[in-house]
Amino acid sequence: MTLPGVSNIASLLFAGADRMYAALRARPERRPWGHLTRCGAAAALFLLALAPAARAEDPTPGRQQQLLRMVRQDCGACHGMQLTGGLGPAITASALADRGFDMVFATIWFGRQGTPMPPWRGLLTEAEARWMAQRLMHGLPAGEGR
Amino acid sequence: MTLPLTRRDWLARGSTLALGGGAAASLLLGGCAAPVAAPEPVGTGDLGLIVERASGSLLVVNTSQPRVLGRIEGLGDLSHASIVFSRDGLRGYVFGRDGALTRVNLLTHRIEARVMQAGNSIGGAISQDGRLVAAQNYQPGGIKVFDARTLGLLADIPAVDAHGKRSRVVGLADLPGQRFIYALFDADAICIADLSDPKSPRVTRFDGIGRQPYDALVTPNGRHFIAGLFGEDGLAVIDLWAEQPQVRRALGGYGRGKEPLPVYKMPHLRGWAIAGPHAWLPAIGRHEVLVADTEHWAEVGRVAVAGQPVFVMARPDGRQVWVNFALPDYHRLQVIDTRSRRVIHNLEPGRALLHMEFTPRGEAVWVSARDDNRVLVIDTASARTVATLDAQAPSGIFFTSRAARMGL
Repeated sequence: MTLPGVSNIASLLFAGADRMYAALRARPERRPWGHLTRCGAAAALFLLALAPAARAEDPTPGRQQQLLRMVRQDCGACHGMQLTGGLGPAITASALADRGFDMVFATIWFGRQGTPMPPWRGLLTEAEARWMAQRLMHGLPAGEGR
Repeated sequence: MTLPLTRRDWLARGSTLALGGGAAASLLLGGCAAPVAAPEPVGTGDLGLIVERASGSLLVVNTSQPRVLGRIEGLGDLSHASIVFSRDGLRGYVFGRDGALTRVNLLTHRIEARVMQAGNSIGGAISQDGRLVAAQNYQPGGIKVFDARTLGLLADIPAVDAHGKRSRVVGLADLPGQRFIYALFDADAICIADLSDPKSPRVTRFDGIGRQPYDALVTPNGRHFIAGLFGEDGLAVIDLWAEQPQVRRALGGYGRGKEPLPVYKMPHLRGWAIAGPHAWLPAIGRHEVLVADTEHWAEVGRVAVAGQPVFVMARPDGRQVWVNFALPDYHRLQVIDTRSRRVIHNLEPGRALLHMEFTPRGEAVWVSARDDNRVLVIDTASARTVATLDAQAPSGIFFTSRAARMGL
């Protein structure tokens, strides 16, 4: 049995940091972490190891698939299956780029008065709506949610 | 495809040979003396198209012997796609979300012509004589009229509000005499475009019809145009037979001041609401179907239903009205008996039931169950599912019998 070398440990650590950095970027509502750099993320790994899992409130993988399908199929009823707009506006990543996470989440959660956009808090949990907002802002890969 | 009868049963019943796939046909024809048997001519009156929206394809189906005859692929983004038919029932004009207008042939299963005519389209209509096809567009807001034979553009008619800003168009339908009628979601208006001279269309406009018309329909006799309003609880109605047609409000204040419930899918009105002397209409933000008399457009009743109605469709004879719902209740169907105005069947035949289409005389209704990847054929007398057909995320179902009906 050979012990992992120092460089291997470093690369393991950075691989973990990469994953976490991606996770943090994917959760823009967590403002304090929003500006973390990769190195900062590496350091924060140790802090997070002491805290409960940060992603515990994310939907389960099965539920995520349902939510993605919902975005394409049901949001798509008004916004188009390609999310390029219809009765509702386009909700592609580029269309949402200047909107900001808070507004996208609030639109899903509370709806928009005076428009056909309903409040989805009747059908989603808050964590699900946040996850959905964040996925929309990143953009859905072409085949996802079919 | 799972059917109660096997393929052999269908063949034994004299099913169509010309279309049914070569193998079985050539077996039966094998004993003929002639080396090449001419295919038996077939009609199109019992054919239809089913939209598979995620894969951009259409299924060609036969409704007399519920089965899939073939698939036409390559139609682009078909979310909210709708179809009108040439009057011989041979060709379907498909309006895609991505702005494509495609003409398909129901016997050859081929795309014959295709134009990208807008950035975002929502449906279309065909003229009384079948020569003009009109598309209604969200982007750029307006209608475009095409030669049905060539798909060449004949007229481009923008839809604008009082400030000249483009409006999305909804509820487009044909009227007698080469006319089309439509509503402007963003401009609270209704327009009639007269294309008796396609080179110089004449547009008549009605303003201030009510807030946010979301869809509309022409009654089967062509007399009334009814636009549902999203921005207020009521409908706008025009009597097109009047000397001076005017817009009037019908069923105003049907919500009785109550806070509307969330509408997770917009209802659709097109075409089927009339059963006998009454119109059956979905309420917005209320779990009710509203019943109005078509002479005075006064409310004569309302029926409590399982959720936000999306399609409220009268069986061709008008004896039953079938209702499907917005999510989260879109696994349910309810059947209303129009004489007693009671719900007589509560069905849960599948998941994500998006659309219904009656066979020409209504002995069966076909229902798309998107999340089950199949289409259900339900006997309307017994409310039992009598056949199912495989389809990829099916949505709209359109039968050629629409070719003979105004407003469809």
